Amino acid sequence: MTNSSPSSYDEMVDADGATRPAYAGYRQWFEEQPPDLLRRKGSEAEAFFRRTGITFNVYGAEDAEERLIPFDMVPRIITAHQWRRLSRGIEQRVRALNAFLHDLYHRQEIVRSGRLPERLLKGNAAFLPQMAGFTPPGGVYTHIVGIDLVRTGEDDFMVLEDNARTPSGVSYMLENRETMMAMFPELFTRVRVREVSDYPRRLARSLAACAPPAARGHKPVVAVLTPGIYNSAYFEHAFLADQMGAELVEGSDLRVENGRIAMRTTRGWKPIDVIYRRVDDDYLDPLSFQPDSVLGVAGIMDVYRAGGVTIANAPGTGIADDKAIYSFMPEIVEFYTGEKPILKNVPTWRCSEPEALKYVLDNLADLVVKEVHGSGGYGMLIGPTSSKKEIAAFEAKLRARPHNYIAQPTLSLSTVPILTKAGLAPRHVDLRPFVLVSPNGIDITPGGLTRVALKKGSLVVNSSQGGGTKDSWVLDD
Amino acid sequence: MLGRSANGIFWLFRYLERAENTARLIEAGFRMALTRDSHDAKDEWRSVIVTLGLQGAYEAKFGPDYAGPQAFNFVLRDKDNPGNVLAMVEQARTNARMVRTGITREVWEAVNEGWMRLRDLLVRPVTETRLGDVIDTVRRQATQVRGAMEGTMLRNDIYNFARIGTFIERADNTARILDVKYYVLLPSLSYVGSSLDNVQWENVLRSLAGERAYRWLNAGRMEARTIAEFLILDGRFPRSLAFCYAKLQSNLAHLAREYGGETMAHETLRDVAGKLHSTTIDAVFERGLHQFIGDFIAANARLGGQIQRDYRFIA
Repeated sequence: MTNSSPSSYDEMVDADGATRPAYAGYRQWFEEQPPDLLRRKGSEAEAFFRRTGITFNVYGAEDAEERLIPFDMVPRIITAHQWRRLSRGIEQRVRALNAFLHDLYHRQEIVRSGRLPERLLKGNAAFLPQMAGFTPPGGVYTHIVGIDLVRTGEDDFMVLEDNARTPSGVSYMLENRETMMAMFPELFTRVRVREVSDYPRRLARSLAACAPPAARGHKPVVAVLTPGIYNSAYFEHAFLADQMGAELVEGSDLRVENGRIAMRTTRGWKPIDVIYRRVDDDYLDPLSFQPDSVLGVAGIMDVYRAGGVTIANAPGTGIADDKAIYSFMPEIVEFYTGEKPILKNVPTWRCSEPEALKYVLDNLADLVVKEVHGSGGYGMLIGPTSSKKEIAAFEAKLRARPHNYIAQPTLSLSTVPILTKAGLAPRHVDLRPFVLVSPNGIDITPGGLTRVALKKGSLVVNSSQGGGTKDSWVLDD
Repeated sequence: MLGRSANGIFWLFRYLERAENTARLIEAGFRMALTRDSHDAKDEWRSVIVTLGLQGAYEAKFGPDYAGPQAFNFVLRDKDNPGNVLAMVEQARTNARMVRTGITREVWEAVNEGWMRLRDLLVRPVTETRLGDVIDTVRRQATQVRGAMEGTMLRNDIYNFARIGTFIERADNTARILDVKYYVLLPSLSYVGSSLDNVQWENVLRSLAGERAYRWLNAGRMEARTIAEFLILDGRFPRSLAFCYAKLQSNLAHLAREYGGETMAHETLRDVAGKLHSTTIDAVFERGLHQFIGDFIAANARLGGQIQRDYRFIA
């Protein structure tokens, strides 16, 4: 049914063409369906997305057009057994990330012990001196984390990236499931899939559990802070606020009132306890960071440090997304948990190190090179699919600012079939599970967002670069 | 709720109402133009453009030539007319996106789908053959949004701000249509009572979706005074000024109950509504219809502004 390319792991069928256990139930159902059913459902799904407005905006696009993220109707399926191992690894990593952030903004034991070079912090814009010596309410830095996983074999899951700043995409996880259930209800009676729809409720509970001292004695007021309707993830901001029953606020709705952050309501100014912000650190407080920002609230950092409000995720968590820091994650996990990391890192060359740089320059055509602060698939080089000219241009940038880059081998990502005009065809995927952190514990929603490269052979799954998404299933035991 | 959201929902419904009324005006004009010779047809289109307050912008682009398709395309989709119908519906949708958390999925989908359909229809210039489709789409969107509101929205402050936007806009539109048609467009006083005059009056009623109700109430007798009375004072007709103000009274009363107190806007409303409910059509004509309507439009705008201030729509 699928032609897996010989080098990559096909999650649905094995080398002999037999269906793997995860997909047994699904494939049986699939074979029983009339051939054009799925394609017909495909156009139904697209109409549904357009109508409901599940769209994203592309930065820098001419007319700031809203686009759909293509949705593929073949689910990505993970067995209960695989998931148990993954969630243990994710939980360990997220616990380490929070301990690491706390340490970075306090005693910096990890630097003192010589396990992390101090130069990674010095002059790093993602490291915020304003956070030094301050512990966020509940001790939580990363209230919401997205861990990007890739797979290269049966048991080989690796972490490609940590998203500790403001991971997005959870609304697609939820809407993809809703769409699948609406289109193929009988499928869900045959295959038992673990529920994801209570994510917004868990998020609300998790955020409320991190309320600041000022919220004592009342039910915490939670608000989602968005840059506004032109932001690429606005749909998600509105969706989450709506599902949580929280206000969706913009910077212009807020001001400091009596030591609290208050929003302008039709009845007057009302204090907010927890702000789930989808605005970058730089724009959060024009007094502390970007002076010309209109997206944030002047003075919010003072209120925050005085215990008047919780900001989720905490300012300064972006340092953990730094790709040079990433390369130290195995050491970081071990340093704070005392355990061997359950999830592996992708091998990474730090171009700031002369020997690594030499290797990278000698092997550019085979490597993936990324900016340490980059995200969204922008500003990177994928050696094997780049022209000589592109490689040469990138080499010049790399030589000029080596410390700005890391390099990784071009991974042979696993594939899951998508539905094409010619039937099922394997495409490369990754997985972003979503993790909630509160003083009550770490809560991982089973599954996450599967991103899929729609072009044959392509390894780029980012939606801003033409990737699509799939519903992600974790099977119930 | 947020002041900004109240503002968004208020304007969402103002734009939808305005788009619907503009579409009706075009529909009535089109029907009129079809039954006239080409010279009178152009007069009719001119009257539509004047009623919408677009004469300056239109003539700046086309001069005083009021050919039908040119005129209605200008109103519906011309980029040189920033208040074109597509732009209004786009504004409505942008506001709906902004207040997405305050409206139900059904209301959002009705707004969004209507916008998508209209945008597709208005990609190309509209021909006379396709005009009906376009008008229908605008009207259907308005109907669907209203239906979704009615069936799914909680009757809280959000709902009441939406309704306030609707009725402020509707009262304004009804007043303008009546004013312009009556004073600017009657060729001369000698036409009053003539058959042309009757056709014009029927057209006013049609623009406001009131021709059937009026005929039913008045056995088909077209008379300026009765029609004006119907459009201004008949509290049973959903586009009359009296109806809009009765609704505004109940919506603002709801807000006062929910918020535990009145604002300046309640005072303003009592004043405007009081004048409307206590007057008679004879008194209106004695003072002069044009004068009466001019005062009303100004007072209506004042009320809208007062509500925006009292409920902190803007920082």
